[in-house]
Amino acid sequence: MPSLENEYISGLQRAYESGEFVVTAEIGPPMSSNASHVEKSADVLRGVVHAANVTDNQTSIVRMSSLAASYIGLTRGVETILQMTCRDRNRIAIQSDLLGAYALGLRNLLCLSGDHQSLGNHPQSKNVFDLDSIQLIKAVADMKNHSIFINGKKGKNMPKFFIGTTTNPFADPRELQIIRLKKKIEAGAQFVQTQAIYDVDSFESWMSEVRSLGLHNEVYIQAGILVNKSLRSMEMTKKVSGMSIPDELIERMRNSENQEEEGITIALEIIDRLRKIEGLSGIHIMAVGWEKIVPTIIERAGLMPTFDSNHSD
Amino acid sequence: MIVAEQKPIEEIVQSIKPYKKLLIAACGTCVTVCMTGGEKEAIELCTLLELVSELEGIQIRVKTIERQCDREFFVDFEEDIEWADAVLSMGCGVGVQFFAELYPGKHIVPALNTKFFGVTRDVGYWTEFCQGCGECLLEKTGGVCPVARCSKSLFNGPCGGSSDGRCEINPDIECAWQIIYDRLKAQNRLDLLLETLPPRDWSSSRDGGPRSLRKSSVYLEVD
Ligand code: SF4
Ligand code: SF4
Repeated sequence: MPSLENEYISGLQRAYESGEFVVTAEIGPPMSSNASHVEKSADVLRGVVHAANVTDNQTSIVRMSSLAASYIGLTRGVETILQMTCRDRNRIAIQSDLLGAYALGLRNLLCLSGDHQSLGNHPQSKNVFDLDSIQLIKAVADMKNHSIFINGKKGKNMPKFFIGTTTNPFADPRELQIIRLKKKIEAGAQFVQTQAIYDVDSFESWMSEVRSLGLHNEVYIQAGILVNKSLRSMEMTKKVSGMSIPDELIERMRNSENQEEEGITIALEIIDRLRKIEGLSGIHIMAVGWEKIVPTIIERAGLMPTFDSNHSD
Repeated sequence: MIVAEQKPIEEIVQSIKPYKKLLIAACGTCVTVCMTGGEKEAIELCTLLELVSELEGIQIRVKTIERQCDREFFVDFEEDIEWADAVLSMGCGVGVQFFAELYPGKHIVPALNTKFFGVTRDVGYWTEFCQGCGECLLEKTGGVCPVARCSKSLFNGPCGGSSDGRCEINPDIECAWQIIYDRLKAQNRLDLLLETLPPRDWSSSRDGGPRSLRKSSVYLEVD
């Protein structure tokens, strides 16, 4: 646990800057106020990943707040990445949470638009979207670089987050999605995590476009990997809008006698191919509902991180 | 135009049940065009209500007030309004309120659910185009409104859920940002989208409280 007074910077940022191949995973906060659930997830990931994303009411289902769970994870010795969406908070709440998160020692922030509330378990709710994710990135960068709030007024002890965001190489319209990535970088994004990759060929062509624009030199790019435990889980994943899974992988899963092992093998093959792609700085592993498999994947991929000793635990 | 749809008949019956003399007031403007609250629909609704056993003995008159959001169109109907115990207004939410303001002693019952500002896309099919946000930015988005037509009102391009021109929330909804992209690309004006739009000042929208407008060239302060 870092001292709140000293200006400790993000260990994730240091790992990127030292050129390590960065590995992150996720902590999904529980649909309860049970802190030990978060602690258990953190225990699985401690020493295994550089940092763990803590999701913000993902798919618009009410869960423990990302801020609280990020803090619990941190006290358990896992550096966390606070996910923050624009769906539920206006600029007053967002800036207030940013001040609070930084005061609690959180240093990494992932800025997202957020899934629409109609996809979740309170579709009757009002949405906010006072800011979009690019405006959010800009606001966080302005706090850091110019010590100002969104209204342009100066602030004191402003948070200096390591700023991340997401991008989806498979979403439409592709040209506009790349423009949007560029705008996110201009706004101040320092690292970007992609949507889960199954179709490596198509991701390679996206990466070559990204390289031709030089974007890989301006932002650390982490490819998303989703580990499926079963055919059913893979089929459900395929249904998510903006997700692309080649039929061949679905078939492999269907014909396998040990779907868990097949799921791991597929993930490892994808990781193996991704690591050879020029301009990629790391991977982000999502194992929704199967978190305990993450260390196995990282171990078998030969990607156990080497932490430097002044790290936070 | 303002697009609306009729309330469920049971709900209408519950609100008018206490009354013996009912005026159904159609509106000749937007709700006529969207085939919900015009004369034709008012007559149909009247026929239907006369068949409802709970309303036995009710007397109903049907009249069309050309524009329920404008004072001058009410003058010809003074006698009918006076006669009625209650008025079932088939105007939009604006019409119902204005009616109630003009006749504060009368129970004015809404017959419609007012939905949105939109256009007729096809026969019997309307879609939302504008939210009256108070500061129009259509010039920057190829004439397609991201406030009303993107499910998340995003200002700087599509979210990651845009797929095949469809919005992540429902494949029946078009992704506004796909339309913006196609339009500007065809006009060779994609460079417009390179600009990052700053956070919106929502105080020009409903978020600044209920809005009003005075045009100084025509508004005369009466004291
Ligand atoms: S930008 Fe505002 S005023 Fe213009 S069409 Fe959209 S909602 Fe209406
Ligand atoms: S899919 Fe398109 S319309 Fe739907 S929320 Fe995303 S950008 Fe907006």
